[in-house]
Amino acid sequence: MLARRIIPCLDVAAGQVVKGVRFRHHEVVGDIVELARRYADEGADELVFYDITASPQKRSVDIRWVERVAETIDIPFCVAGGIRDVASARRVLHAGADKISINSPALQRPALINELADAFGSQCVVVGVDSIWQVSGYRVKQLTGDIRTQTDAGRETVSWVEEAQQRGAGEIVLNCMDADGVRSGYHLSHLRQVRAICQVPLIASGGAGNMAHFVDVFRHVDVDGALAASVFHRGEIGIPALKNHLQQAGITVRPSPTNGE
Amino acid sequence: MASVVIVDNGGSNINSVCFALARLGVNARLSCDPDAVAAAGRVILPGVGAAGAGMSRIQQYELADCLRQLHQPVLGICLGMQLLFTHSAEGDTPCLDLLPGTIERLPETSAARVPHMGWNQIRIQQPDPLLEGLDQGWFYFVHSYALTADKHPHALALTTHGQPFVAVVRRKNFYGAQFHPEKSAAAGRKLLKNFMEL
Repeated sequence: MLARRIIPCLDVAAGQVVKGVRFRHHEVVGDIVELARRYADEGADELVFYDITASPQKRSVDIRWVERVAETIDIPFCVAGGIRDVASARRVLHAGADKISINSPALQRPALINELADAFGSQCVVVGVDSIWQVSGYRVKQLTGDIRTQTDAGRETVSWVEEAQQRGAGEIVLNCMDADGVRSGYHLSHLRQVRAICQVPLIASGGAGNMAHFVDVFRHVDVDGALAASVFHRGEIGIPALKNHLQQAGITVRPSPTNGE
Repeated sequence: MASVVIVDNGGSNINSVCFALARLGVNARLSCDPDAVAAAGRVILPGVGAAGAGMSRIQQYELADCLRQLHQPVLGICLGMQLLFTHSAEGDTPCLDLLPGTIERLPETSAARVPHMGWNQIRIQQPDPLLEGLDQGWFYFVHSYALTADKHPHALALTTHGQPFVAVVRRKNFYGAQFHPEKSAAAGRKLLKNFMEL
């Protein structure tokens, strides 16, 4: 049976992993390759690297660190931020990334999703969606890497997820901005609403604060994976302990390697 | 250690396969030259993308006969495994016919989304040195097509996603893995190491 995935997200700025509430202050956590290796060794199922400054600064991902990560780890990883055309996606994939994730550039030019799916196959193309409750419903924000640049993308979340799938997205990461950084749990009702119309894998993002939150999101929403950052980076939740906890709760996961492997 | 040639079929995962072998201390060569492939100690046929594109690339470099005549250990990975069979329903593509069977699209259900993407477990059907120490092992899969069957004369291991399919196959010196050992952490390292020791 397919395992539910646990996905640490590493925010990258100027070649290093940074932390903080993602949309504000950035503080250096450590070296990209060292952290990637540590998470892979601990049993993370996949890693996501967000170059949080690439999109607001309108530049492409620096592929040198992508290549170093690919040389080092042997679990799949996804690179997000600053991919706005087939050429920049190709550089990242050829450097050894398994998937690319696009967010603001897809909102600005939705045909980018089709172009990437045609060039590399849907399985490589992840669409990240930053969703926030507005007066009348959930809407999409763009350029969220920097509080000064973020704006309403002029779209409702559910219709954007439907369009992204039709255009060839192979996976959706739904980041619930209301929950992000608050650590009071994944936003179950919004995730359920999107799950109902999402036929491709759906990854929950934003709000994880303790192990019970992971149990809740898998048990109540049927998401394929759960992404989190600060609880892992601060060492509050260890991946082996989380995998054990999920397994005891009856959720199918790939066990973390035992010592000596 | 015997030389390894990775058939350069243009897939974007080729670097990942090279890196995985390098981590085992194996310096593999990329090539699409039939002479280099025939002379290798071991051959890996990787593959990401569609069956039709994969076969035309093999034909373009006149590799089909070369691959069929290999007698050294050969490992097809993902699409590379599918191309070892007779036929693929993906684009109605005739394949290398080294193994009997037709690759079909995985049936999609609400409980089993397609593509099958993520970590899943194999169940060994037939012990083999390639799978030494790997029963119930977890591997990373990304595919929409597979040889769906609950038994196959050459299946070494099965996996279930909605329904069972062949995860690892062997006929003589030809091996195939539907998953990506190069992305499958400790289990993948073990499988590649076993392959190097065949």
